[in-house]
Amino acid sequence: MREREDEWTGLMRSAIAGDGAAYHRLLKAVTPVLRAAARRGLARAGQPVDQSEDIVQDILLAVHLKRHTWDASAPFAPWLFAIARNKLIDALRRRGRRVFVNIEDFVEVLPGEAPVETASASEVATQLQSLPARQRDVLQSIAVESASIKDTAAKLAMSEGAVRVALHRGLAALTAKLREQ
Amino acid sequence: MDTDQLIKTLAADNTHRARPVGFALMLALVAAAPVSLLMFFTELGIRPDVMTAIRNPFFDLKFAVTLALASAAIAVSLHLSRPEASLRGFGWLLLIPAGLLTAGIGGEMMMPQRLPMMTRLVGNNSRVCMTAIPLLSLPILAGALIGLRHGASARPALAGGIAGMLSAGLAATLYASHCTDDSPLFVATWYTLSTALVAAIGALAGSKLLKF
Repeated sequence: MREREDEWTGLMRSAIAGDGAAYHRLLKAVTPVLRAAARRGLARAGQPVDQSEDIVQDILLAVHLKRHTWDASAPFAPWLFAIARNKLIDALRRRGRRVFVNIEDFVEVLPGEAPVETASASEVATQLQSLPARQRDVLQSIAVESASIKDTAAKLAMSEGAVRVALHRGLAALTAKLREQ
Repeated sequence: MDTDQLIKTLAADNTHRARPVGFALMLALVAAAPVSLLMFFTELGIRPDVMTAIRNPFFDLKFAVTLALASAAIAVSLHLSRPEASLRGFGWLLLIPAGLLTAGIGGEMMMPQRLPMMTRLVGNNSRVCMTAIPLLSLPILAGALIGLRHGASARPALAGGIAGMLSAGLAATLYASHCTDDSPLFVATWYTLSTALVAAIGALAGSKLLKF
């Protein structure tokens, strides 16, 4: 556990130093832990666990947009779990339940819980449709077609800088829409 | 969109760097301050006898108290803008202005006074004080909340309340230069009530605006 969390901290430090691959690995590594906690939270609240992916994506977006509030000299896991717990509580409240979420829920993936590789979620996909066309095109190109920023810029006849701006604004707008709903 | 696709998208945005919350808060306060200053100089202004007043330690104490409140609240606000933070280890900072004020009251008690205690406490300006500090606070509070939205507080109402204290501290610093009531008893009563009012407004606004 300790080792895993030290690895996360190391990856996040590299990510902040500009290493996109480390950031990608970090997000992939934390996702199963977030998913298990989301499923457990939903199950405890008597909600169908198949909504867990919406919560996972909500947490990932918050992690992304708030990562500048992480203090790089501190371990990453407590920060991550605080963000995740906050989002999970919000999500469960929105579904009409008040539940208490333990930090411990994030710390351990219980054996016997089926690992889910990746899953679709409907909320982000739905909100994506309501974004301005430019932002939607850029997000779709990178997410669905796996295009790089450079290829996306060429395809949409935009500068790379404009693609980066549209990408970031799109992600921020998605998060705001998820919060409002 | 599946989660792997979302992760890919987030990783592509890794080059985007958000400004630290402290910087965002500073910018927002610098932008909001002129509004409060304008309100202050058009409606109130500095008291005419300020040059003699600064030789009165109780006049100076007002600024020590209000500035201590503002700086402590700024430090606590920035601390609370991290999701894993709690008040523990930082909340005591807010006791500094209260301590200064208590020391001031003690000091005044030991000096011979021309006016009875209740007269000093009630003062001449309590109504202006209770109106001016909250009104001067509002632009600063709006700025502080906008700045703090860059953070990620797990306790948005608390963070909003502290932002209210921050704004009241700065607004009270302005007001203190206008007000002719210098008794620490007056400050402890009316400044505190005004601060509590602004903190309540901040907590209410924060519970909505500071959620992430």
